[in-house]
Amino acid sequence: MTNQPDQTGVRISMWLFLYTEIILFGGLFVLYAVYFYDFSADFVQGGKELDRVIGTLNTVLLLVSSFTVAASITAIRRQTKRLCLLLLASSFLCGLIFLINKYFEWGHKFAHDIYPNSPALTSGPHGRNIFFGLYYVITGLHGLHVIIGMTLLGVSFVLVYQNKITAQRFALLENSGLYWHLVDLIWIFVFPLFYLIL
Amino acid sequence: MATIPSFYETPSPAGQTGIRAWLLTHDHKRLGLMYLWAILFWFVIGITVGFLIRIELMTMGRTIMSAQVYNSAFTLHGVIMVFLVVIPVIPAIFGNFFLPIQLGTDDVFFPRLNLLSWYLYMFGGGLAVVSLFTAGGFPDTGWTFYVPFSIGTKHNVPLTVFAAFILGMSSMLTGLNFITTVHRKRSPTMGWMQIPLFTWSLYATAWVQLLATPVISITLLLVIVERLFSIGLFDPDKGGDPILYQHLFWMYSHPAVYVMILPGMGVISEIIPTFSRKAIFGYKAIVFSSLGIASAGSLVWAHHMFVSGMSDTAVFVFSLLTFLVAIPSAIKVFSWVSTLYKASIEMTPPLLYTLVFIYLFSVGGLTGLVLGAAGPNIHVHDTHFVVAHFHFTILGGTGFAFFAALHYWWPKMFGIMYDFRRAYIAATLATVGFLFHYVPMFIVGLMGMPRRSYDYLPQFSRGNGLAAVGGMLLFSGIILMVVNLLLSFRKKTPATANPWGGCTLEWTVPSPPPLHNFSKEPLIKEYPYDFSDILKNPPKN
Repeated sequence: MTNQPDQTGVRISMWLFLYTEIILFGGLFVLYAVYFYDFSADFVQGGKELDRVIGTLNTVLLLVSSFTVAASITAIRRQTKRLCLLLLASSFLCGLIFLINKYFEWGHKFAHDIYPNSPALTSGPHGRNIFFGLYYVITGLHGLHVIIGMTLLGVSFVLVYQNKITAQRFALLENSGLYWHLVDLIWIFVFPLFYLIL
Repeated sequence: MATIPSFYETPSPAGQTGIRAWLLTHDHKRLGLMYLWAILFWFVIGITVGFLIRIELMTMGRTIMSAQVYNSAFTLHGVIMVFLVVIPVIPAIFGNFFLPIQLGTDDVFFPRLNLLSWYLYMFGGGLAVVSLFTAGGFPDTGWTFYVPFSIGTKHNVPLTVFAAFILGMSSMLTGLNFITTVHRKRSPTMGWMQIPLFTWSLYATAWVQLLATPVISITLLLVIVERLFSIGLFDPDKGGDPILYQHLFWMYSHPAVYVMILPGMGVISEIIPTFSRKAIFGYKAIVFSSLGIASAGSLVWAHHMFVSGMSDTAVFVFSLLTFLVAIPSAIKVFSWVSTLYKASIEMTPPLLYTLVFIYLFSVGGLTGLVLGAAGPNIHVHDTHFVVAHFHFTILGGTGFAFFAALHYWWPKMFGIMYDFRRAYIAATLATVGFLFHYVPMFIVGLMGMPRRSYDYLPQFSRGNGLAAVGGMLLFSGIILMVVNLLLSFRKKTPATANPWGGCTLEWTVPSPPPLHNFSKEPLIKEYPYDFSDILKNPPKN
């Protein structure tokens, strides 16, 4: 019975799973909403301290990588394996550059004594502490998802290379792609909430 | 048909033998049984700890344990019972075993994911055990892990919280699996209104598991983050708001009580028509009330927080919504009772547990309204009244539904029948004990005895003494019930394919069922509770 896997069922459950991921971040966005209401001025001030150039660069990187993932699925369906591998590799690379940027961004903040429970934060205004606390928690959890997504892309890459993912059977690649889009989608919300608040 | 080997003789995947045939299995029935043994283990530990707490409260002052141990004991009891027993008990055991059969299919949609859920469950349980003995010992926070205490206490909160996080993942994946199975693996000839009510209730439950569990996941992660990095997201000294923790916590944990009770209601909806030999009253009403409970129940979480200082408007809204949940619950109770009306009732142990369920659950539900009403809530908040209320719904409800399910499906799962006489004695003992245990708690609660307190004032001593006697009866009743079921392996009285005269699909296959459940394409009835064939050929015992 399982010779012909039910693609629709697999897809349904992947969407259900993505939903749970959104709710996971949803809890954090609830915290953000309440604290933004409490400490609007501090949040705006905090947002100005973040580097918008790196933030924008990271947004562009993720958008490009989402495109290349989507294109890689089309590529495998058209049986152009080399192109598919190339596109997957570039998505992976975009993810990697994203993380490197994040590393420097965090490192830069650490250098200015802005890290969880740092004296500079706990002795300053409450709103500022909460803003950067949420910043680290949300971007940290998002970064973790970037790593999971990159792992999935890496596995897909290997399987495409070994011809285990083909034009007939590409559910794993498609689901990895969906997961990557989710990572992107969450960032699309994180970016304005932290970098672009006015 | 008689010669088809049962799933015990046919490992899946084929070729595995011995313990490997169990530990690597993809068979939903074997997984159901593996959950059964694991959950029974935790259940016995859980009731033993609960019993010890009751003994401690029997007399004023120290009875058998110190105050420190007492704090950890009620936390341990809560954590085990909530996360390791009551949430998975019916979906993971009976859902796994019977959902595919009731849908006329051979397995769940993702058999390997199902195995992974079991391993996550075992891993979570293992972590809970480890957290007992490491870094400061088991938490003393209560199962709710309220901040700021859970951030500050020296006990081993992070590991226990992580265990709960893992168990949440297990529960979520089971829910995901069930939803997909109902949608994609249902027999092609089975329409939505031909699905048995137990499966319907699991379907509604699965949605709640899926929608609500991620909220507790993030909340528990935040507790761990706070423990590790002290950001202060819930710490007023650093700008945080501890009330937000309570909101996040109950956003999951209130829907979770419907994860606990809905499958139990599903079990009851199966047992009542079978022993009434009569179509269930209000099939559609029960289906939609399950969905109604699942959706309305997700919007009532803040009724746990009426005294936390939230606005009167919020109290009003949450109180109103809480009252609304009572409507679908009442619809179910009335439907069950109406099914019994003018039925040719056959008394059996599962039916006895079911009748006790209806009584205890009704009391639990009605006292829930006392708590849900904004005024009385202030009076009984955080007293033993609350404890009695949720034990009426969870032990009297889900617990007795679990006992009923055990007695109802035991012959199907193992192909053997247990001793009826001992089963009746155990049920009676447990029920009488239950009432003596929890009714006095309502009274001392109304008199003002706070929950989770180690010692109490002299005016509460009679109630607590009575409750301890009830606790002993209840405990011995439950132990007798478990022993009686286990003794059935010794005598091995064979059970027929349909010993009760049930008419859902699991009673059309042999006991125990073969690996692929159905040897030929199952015949889906126009209406799942059509007893005309059973009435023509009543079962012979």
